Amino acid sequence: MKSLYKNLFSSLLKLRMTENEIAKKYSEQEMRCPVHLSIGQEAAAVGVCSNLELQDQVYSTHRCHSHYLAKGGDLRSMISELYGKRSGCCGGRGGSMHLMDPSVGMMLSLPIVASIIPIAVGAALSLKLKKKKNVISVFFGDAAVEEGVFHESANFASLNKLPIVFVCENNKYSCFTKINERQPSEDITRLAKCHNISNLRMNGNNLINVYEKSKMIIQQIKKKPEPFFLQLDTYRHVEHCGPNSDDNLNYRGKSELNNWLKDDPLENFIKFLKGENEYDQKIVNEINDKIMIEINSAFKFAKNDKFPNPASIKKFVYA
Amino acid sequence: MPKIKRLLSSSEAILEASDQMMKRDNKLILIGEGINDPKGIFGTTSNLFKIYGKDRVIESPISENGITGVSIGLSINGFKVLLIHQRVEFALLSLEQIINNAAKSFYVSNGKHNVPIVIRMVIGRGWGQGPAHSQSLETVFSSTPGLKVIIPSTPYDAKGMLISSIFDPNPVLILEHRWFHFVKGDVPKRIYKTNLKKPNVILKGNDITVVASSYNINEVIFCSKILKNFGISIEIIDLRVLRPLDTEVIFKSVKKTGRLIVFEIGNKIYGVGGEIISMILEKDFNIFKSSPSRIGLPDSPTPSSRALAEKYYPNSSDILKEISKQLNVNVEVQEKIINLLLDKIPENEIDVPNPEFKGPF
Repeated sequence: MKSLYKNLFSSLLKLRMTENEIAKKYSEQEMRCPVHLSIGQEAAAVGVCSNLELQDQVYSTHRCHSHYLAKGGDLRSMISELYGKRSGCCGGRGGSMHLMDPSVGMMLSLPIVASIIPIAVGAALSLKLKKKKNVISVFFGDAAVEEGVFHESANFASLNKLPIVFVCENNKYSCFTKINERQPSEDITRLAKCHNISNLRMNGNNLINVYEKSKMIIQQIKKKPEPFFLQLDTYRHVEHCGPNSDDNLNYRGKSELNNWLKDDPLENFIKFLKGENEYDQKIVNEINDKIMIEINSAFKFAKNDKFPNPASIKKFVYA
Repeated sequence: MPKIKRLLSSSEAILEASDQMMKRDNKLILIGEGINDPKGIFGTTSNLFKIYGKDRVIESPISENGITGVSIGLSINGFKVLLIHQRVEFALLSLEQIINNAAKSFYVSNGKHNVPIVIRMVIGRGWGQGPAHSQSLETVFSSTPGLKVIIPSTPYDAKGMLISSIFDPNPVLILEHRWFHFVKGDVPKRIYKTNLKKPNVILKGNDITVVASSYNINEVIFCSKILKNFGISIEIIDLRVLRPLDTEVIFKSVKKTGRLIVFEIGNKIYGVGGEIISMILEKDFNIFKSSPSRIGLPDSPTPSSRALAEKYYPNSSDILKEISKQLNVNVEVQEKIINLLLDKIPENEIDVPNPEFKGPF
């Protein structure tokens, strides 16, 4: 297996296995914060983040597990945060919607859907002012473009030619409300066009394609700074918030559901590897075992970790 | 009064502080709507872009929430930002970024991301600005932990508190009264800080404590001069810092006088006065010799017409009446006080600054 494929596969599998484990353990009611799982949407995070250097930064939303891990965020700190423990990446002050690990450039995640976007644009402005050749990636969902601050941010980034990729993961639903009840078209690149921002819409469940396209985009931005808008159509496999399926509520059409569940990023990538004659079961097993050990160790660590000291409640209100 | 060495208006003091800090720290960025236009936010940003360039003095699109987020993004990447709103009402569009992110990033990141941004917001009355152009909204901001909220009243503090705010590692919101920009006073040339922690006692007295802020201080000073003729001495406290609210100075003063009036810049109901009086009562239930009072804006939006504004804004005579009430001043003396007030106060329209209140102070 080529090292590129091995890295992409490892990263993708780690995201999937980690979130499966969260889903499995969630009913123990020890992770007492909302979780917005990325299962089904992981190719976006892995495809884009695999092209980023350490100094390139990532900003994300409430659905941030995948971006945090794909950018290299520490697994133990993430799981500890979900358990509300002291060693959590936010010291138990944020929970699953605020994951961050600035040491690897995973800077900030925020739950109000477009709230992170202007902050990422500010980070891109800081690169311009420092004359650095890095790039900012900001991930958000299809509903984020419905909030005004997306447009304020896109306009500002375009006007100032800032080095930023707006990665819009279109999973079609804002909680239970479908995009066609919220927007006149599912082609969200129309909004990039009106801000004079180069753009591309593609299927977001094909990892190698997302990887290749975002590689070109990121290289281009590093050569000539200006924003890019990348729409990745995808689908979440479980409920908006929580570990279970909620398709018993029938808000997603049967045929749509079946088609999209079949278009699974992990299965797609395995199919791709097999087609390239690059699939090696032994290596896959090794990767799988290694990740499982890491995950088990992270959960064990989080469970044994101490809660934050209640006396520290007012710490970090002011610097 | 100490001899004045260097007379500047507050707007000149703010411009000087901004210029000196821009020169001192090349990581300081100015951003705002209209900051590079010919009027330069009451003259407080005039021509700075010509000295420091448009990369550091950024004329912004009309995107209040957006540029607040941009400022936070800059600040967690090594910059300091001074963001300016020509009217506080524009900042309402950025409450999402201010309250969710500026105020909480340091906390939620467990101390990893502090947000050193300063947001100047112009408040206050004048020339029929009306319901959505002359509010102060101080409690909207002051109720959020993680923010510092300050409200200077003198040119000396205008400069010193702005410099302290820029040095401060936290988000600091500055409420600047429109008319305070014209007030003149002594301002040293050097870079100096004044504290962002405490109110100042600006006049010592024994009979009653009057807490006020911003432009209202001038009304209270005016009252103190009149009351002196009647042997009534008031202690005046300039509130200066709305958050974190330190009531120690006020508590000590009330402990001495036993009486308190809080003269609000904003609405009386759900105002700063209610908070101050509660905090004092929580410390000492028996502290007051008479019921404390709040003077603030009535429970209606701000009208535009000067005929309505006349009744809307409390003034010196309202303060004098309240003081007389608390001190049980007899009716005859009360009349004399009001007559002296009418005698002393210049004929003045409600919608322009009182010429008596321009200083120098």
